[in-house]
Amino acid sequence: MNKHLLSIHDVTAEDIVRILDTAESFREVGTRVIKKVPALRGRTVVNLFYENSTRTRISFELAAKRLSADVINFTTSGTSVAKGESLKDTALTLQAMGADAVVIRHSSSGSPLTLTKWVRGSVLNAGDGTHEHPTQALLDLYTMRDRLGRLEGLRVAIVGDVLHSRVARSLSFALVKMGADVTLVGPPTLIPPDAPSWGVAVSYDIDEVLPKLDVCYMLRVQRERQRQQYFPSVREYARLFGLTRGRVGLLPEGSMIMHPGPMNRGVEIDSDVADLPQAVMEEQVTNGIAIRMSLLYLLLGGRAEEVSADA
Amino acid sequence: MRDALLLTGARVVDPAGGRDEVADVLVSGGLIRPAEDAPTGAMRIDCSGLVLAPGLVDPHTHLREPGREDKETVETGCRAAALGGFTAVSPMPNTDPVADNAAVIHEVLDLGARAGLCDVFPVGAITRGQDGESMAELGEMVEAGVRMFSDDGKAVSTPRVLRNALTYVKAFDDVVIAEHCEDDSLAADGQMHEGEHSYALGLAGKPRESEEIVVARDIAVARLTAGRLHLLHLSSAGSVELVRRAKADGLRVTAEATPHHLVFTDADLVTYDTSFKVNPPLRTAEDRDAIRAALVDGTIDVVGTDHAPHAVEEKEVEFDQAPPGTIGLETALGAILTHLVRPGLISIGRAIEVLSTAPARLIGASEHGGPIEPGRPANLVVFDPDLEWVVEPPFASKSRNSAFLGTTLRGRVVHTVYRGELVVADGKAQR
Repeated sequence: MNKHLLSIHDVTAEDIVRILDTAESFREVGTRVIKKVPALRGRTVVNLFYENSTRTRISFELAAKRLSADVINFTTSGTSVAKGESLKDTALTLQAMGADAVVIRHSSSGSPLTLTKWVRGSVLNAGDGTHEHPTQALLDLYTMRDRLGRLEGLRVAIVGDVLHSRVARSLSFALVKMGADVTLVGPPTLIPPDAPSWGVAVSYDIDEVLPKLDVCYMLRVQRERQRQQYFPSVREYARLFGLTRGRVGLLPEGSMIMHPGPMNRGVEIDSDVADLPQAVMEEQVTNGIAIRMSLLYLLLGGRAEEVSADA
Repeated sequence: MRDALLLTGARVVDPAGGRDEVADVLVSGGLIRPAEDAPTGAMRIDCSGLVLAPGLVDPHTHLREPGREDKETVETGCRAAALGGFTAVSPMPNTDPVADNAAVIHEVLDLGARAGLCDVFPVGAITRGQDGESMAELGEMVEAGVRMFSDDGKAVSTPRVLRNALTYVKAFDDVVIAEHCEDDSLAADGQMHEGEHSYALGLAGKPRESEEIVVARDIAVARLTAGRLHLLHLSSAGSVELVRRAKADGLRVTAEATPHHLVFTDADLVTYDTSFKVNPPLRTAEDRDAIRAALVDGTIDVVGTDHAPHAVEEKEVEFDQAPPGTIGLETALGAILTHLVRPGLISIGRAIEVLSTAPARLIGASEHGGPIEPGRPANLVVFDPDLEWVVEPPFASKSRNSAFLGTTLRGRVVHTVYRGELVVADGKAQR
């Protein structure tokens, strides 16, 4: 494994299997009364969040704490960043404090890579601009494999604003790497022009795609995209591309509905659909902690025997 | 003939005078004199193995003064120019305040005269405050000495504004309107060339068409007005093809390319290195090769550096927060010699034409660009076409945001003679 996780391109298919398998053993930790192992005791993990994010930040925080690492949360409001400190100076400060890993979320694509120039520890990309969100992709893969028993040959549609979605990019790259069959679905204005080079199919007709799926992965569609004229109205978007109550019946039995959250109920997904048993958003959240434990553990070189030991 | 300076044994390359031969050049009293008149006490500099040419002329510079003296001043920019072999530069008007009136033009001229390191030919803004809408007092700026107008940084808003500007300046002799060709609505938020690499990096792109649409629009308006139009820093294959056709149609259109667009491509951005973030963006190898071909066949008339100094702390940030631009005065000649002359794409003569003779004509710098003849002002550069050097700080420029940083160039300025004075000797600024 690379020292950093900046992009799905940093990991091989074998790495992914190892990450998912390691997560499997960590998921059990989350079911214990005392949800903690000493694997990263004495190590320091910094959560550097330049963008608001509740679930990802808490997920990383819990993951690090369950590994007994010391966790520092560095959010931008009310800190030196709010006072105008640059990414470089913040990075040098964290470096001086001896961070072993920095988890960064930033609205600027490429910031995690830029950060590696200034810190010696591992850098984990927790979402950068419209570039990538590799830990989300890995937890989604984990959830699919957990439910359906495999990744190879799995038929997955990723539906919505693919153009602006770092989740869709990382997930597509990861699924293709694992031999899944991916179709991007959305209005043509929100499908990246280079999508064919990702090794995925593209469709503008969700009704045609749904009956052939194992996984229907819905993306959040921001209302702002209407203002930018990517589609004429939220109403029309929901009618053509939303996972509505009327449409969900097209999905084969045993298929799953996924969403990275936060959901826009009534836009990309109907409220009732989001609450169906085949919609696994809560499992995604639970698995997210195990995946992030696995990644921190593997990147920081924790020792395997510590996993089974109780704290 | 006190102060006589005899440059001996150089290969004299002078496209304006139609010369390419080994000769001695005598400089005295600020002028070139017949070499045979050299007094016995003349200071002699052996230039054998070196090339002597008319001083370079940069038709596209950002000196940042007034307003952003932390990035560059007229003096530091002129020193960088002299070290790069330039004896004349044209600073763009996007200063603070904007050079949209005679007072700012006079200020820049005064600062240039005080620095005394090269001639400064300020470019005036086409519109007030570069708002793209309301014409600035062009006549008053022409009286102050301006020969080129531009809203560089953006295009004028509408074809109508351009029509009026191109038509209005016909009242003055040899005045040119220079356009930065970019359609805001297509280029909006773009960080780099839109294509394979922007998609992979997750950065918003500027498609070629954001430039080509405005090139096509501006050429149409030049046709309508029969005006004198100059197109700045072309970056796409489509743009040069449009210019090629416009020239074939006999329109009075000229075009510029920068050294960085002639050398680098969007593939250089894959590590989010902000040194390569420029505007217009570096495009594909195909585009770069088309610009090179256009420089070879004369579609591109001049090389302009678009020297754009930025403070370190402005560039050492997240990619989308960095301002676009690279410095270029100290590397332009080396870049052209290394990447165009050495591979045999153009001759040294053509290099001097696009770096000196043609830009001098463009900006109306009649005392620059050659010919190197007795009686002419002595604005000269002497360079070693074979000297290898690695581009690294310190620079004479106040800034160090160079796309060429760390690269090896072959060919470097040895002496620069400005108005008869040796302002750079043995590669070092004399003041």
